[in-house]
Amino acid sequence: MDITWYLVLSALLFATGVSGVLLRRSPLVILLCLELMLNAGNLALVAFSRSLNNQEGQVFALIVMVIAACEVVVGLGIIVAAYRRRIPLNVDDLRSLRG
Amino acid sequence: MIQVCFFFGAIGCLGGAIAVIALRNPFYSVLALIVHLISLAGLFLLLQGEFLAAAQIVVYAGAVMVLYVFVAAYVGNVDEPLWEPIPGQRFIAPALGIALFVELAIAITGSGLKAIDTHGPTVELGFGSPTAIGKLLLERFLIAFEAASLLLLIAAVGAVVLAGRHGGEAGGDGARQPKDGFGVARDASPATSPPETT
Repeated sequence: MDITWYLVLSALLFATGVSGVLLRRSPLVILLCLELMLNAGNLALVAFSRSLNNQEGQVFALIVMVIAACEVVVGLGIIVAAYRRRIPLNVDDLRSLRG
Repeated sequence: MIQVCFFFGAIGCLGGAIAVIALRNPFYSVLALIVHLISLAGLFLLLQGEFLAAAQIVVYAGAVMVLYVFVAAYVGNVDEPLWEPIPGQRFIAPALGIALFVELAIAITGSGLKAIDTHGPTVELGFGSPTAIGKLLLERFLIAFEAASLLLLIAAVGAVVLAGRHGGEAGGDGARQPKDGFGVARDASPATSPPETT
């Protein structure tokens, strides 16, 4: 299989994630779509690492997974805190930031 | 054989991704994302990323998704009204996604890189094995590795601060108690003040 196939698949997954973020309004699903986009980036990194015979791309993908885990932890913490405070879980209603 | 594996993996990936954004119940979206991640691990295996595939399944599809499942079950089925107050969003959003895909595909196929039209060079035996990745992580990318561990620690502390104390005991009850306090006060003041006045 050519590396091009993997890159096009990665672009397709990224576009799916972007349309999910634009389309859905539940913050939980938006976090899932962010995961989709990060994974599309991971696939491109690993494909380039195979194509260039260079393992540093895989280390980069591993670090991206760590960043994704951090983002999930903080995002889910915010969702749980918002749910406990009876704030509606809808990103159209969550449009103002107050300290 | 490799083609068959690739197309099965790609169909799993793409089907999972579309199911994530198409299913209305967030719980099913999480399950679809698990399908997507496992198929993606298969694609990593095709690209000789053995350690990465194992880490993807164990850490991502295992641990992180368990977190998602717990939160989806805790928050419950939020009844999201399917379509928007913003008119035409259901048409504009997929159109923008398709436009982005076309743009990226043009950029990839027109990049003129010679190497992406081949399967890639033949790699040595230990390519992508835990030995090689671990050596790179602990020698060349040691600072990034330590920074990632520090970031994970900060994220864990931040999640505890966000969801645990503020949301749970102090914040959640604190946000609820003023209402109850006011409610009790309003209910109590007419009930207690008339006997005092009479």
